[in-house]
Amino acid sequence: MEFLYFPGCTLYTKAQNLDEAGRACAKALGFELKELSNWTCCGATFPLAKDNIMALAPPARILARAKEEGSALTTLCSVCFNVIKRTNELIKGDEEKREKINTFIEMDYQGDVQVIHYLEILKREVGFDTIKGALKRDLQEMRVAPFYGCMLLRPSEEMEFDDKEAPTIFEEFLGAINCEPVDFPYKIECCGAFQSVGAPEVATECAYAILNSAIRNGAEAVTTTCPLCQFNIDNMQREIRQKYNGFPGIPIIYFTQLLGLALGLPVEKLEFHRNDVDPRPLLEKRGLL
Amino acid sequence: MKIEISRGKVHNEFAQKVEEISGQNLFACYQCGNCTAGCPVSFAMDLGPHQVIRYSLLGLEEEVLECNTFWMCASCLQCTSRCPKGLDIARIMEAIRLVILRKKERLDRLEVADLSEDFLERVPQIALISGFRKFTS
Repeated sequence: MEFLYFPGCTLYTKAQNLDEAGRACAKALGFELKELSNWTCCGATFPLAKDNIMALAPPARILARAKEEGSALTTLCSVCFNVIKRTNELIKGDEEKREKINTFIEMDYQGDVQVIHYLEILKREVGFDTIKGALKRDLQEMRVAPFYGCMLLRPSEEMEFDDKEAPTIFEEFLGAINCEPVDFPYKIECCGAFQSVGAPEVATECAYAILNSAIRNGAEAVTTTCPLCQFNIDNMQREIRQKYNGFPGIPIIYFTQLLGLALGLPVEKLEFHRNDVDPRPLLEKRGLL
Repeated sequence: MKIEISRGKVHNEFAQKVEEISGQNLFACYQCGNCTAGCPVSFAMDLGPHQVIRYSLLGLEEEVLECNTFWMCASCLQCTSRCPKGLDIARIMEAIRLVILRKKERLDRLEVADLSEDFLERVPQIALISGFRKFTS
């Protein structure tokens, strides 16, 4: 199995822990991630104005280049996944815009690349049962809250990822690597997204509500697929602690890091030092390091 | 707040512009408030998203453009996902942002200089890029 891989900007810098672990896990599970050559930023937002064709050019170009190198394109980052998949759906369904975009990027792309998220590969292509059979470290039912956020799920008609109100793929994944998924009401809420730049005090409140809910429901850690969620609920815990005395803090671990741990990959490969709230004390306590 | 409504204000240019940019029919809204109820940032908004739609339809352009609702919107699409009338409310909020950002005065909401050095060290580019795309012209 080979998938073209679009890392996206942040995975090359601040989210190397998401990226490196993802690549290492793919190798361990026997599927190949072939990095797309000559990729650019996807734009990090899907344009919501009907007349903003310009913002569709970068993701369209990424898709057109992917078409030259393969048939299925995967991402780890939920935002990239959302932008690229929505652009693909639009190109497929809107002839007028497709023509405009193709004229602009001087390529001919018809929307026929399959855009698939890494979690979907794990579920549909590798299979959670195969993963269960490949486990080398026992995560001992560590209680982990799966934070889906927005971008994987919405809009559900275009993303077709999972149930928009009660998704389960993340829980199935956690079950497969012998974690105990913690159900909590904020799992499909917004982390504040780009408001961490525009109105950080608002984003902090969003993050606080999410983390508080996870902690109250017994989570020892929260897991994400998205470097923007990760920033808002991990790094911004600094702001939460300043505002809310006694906030205990909770480690936020990328799903690929948990997977790598369960697959018995060397801990150095998983780059836990890059997570802002250090997950290592928890992992040590559990005898996993 | 005292609000005057006139026939001339309804079917106004502002609402038409918002409809044109968003591709949404504002008249479809029946004010159920689902969008506001599920909005994760409504606590920080001057008006709920459903009120912004109603105000727009009543031609209260100034009141709408002065409120912070559409600046607070994080485009998480929870409202869009739950609207029983199928309105894409996040597109409506984006359209109102653009009504302001597309004015020739270039009234950007965010400046790089506003961000502290400490924050710039910490923030990933995914947040910066999306933030600047939403808040600047």
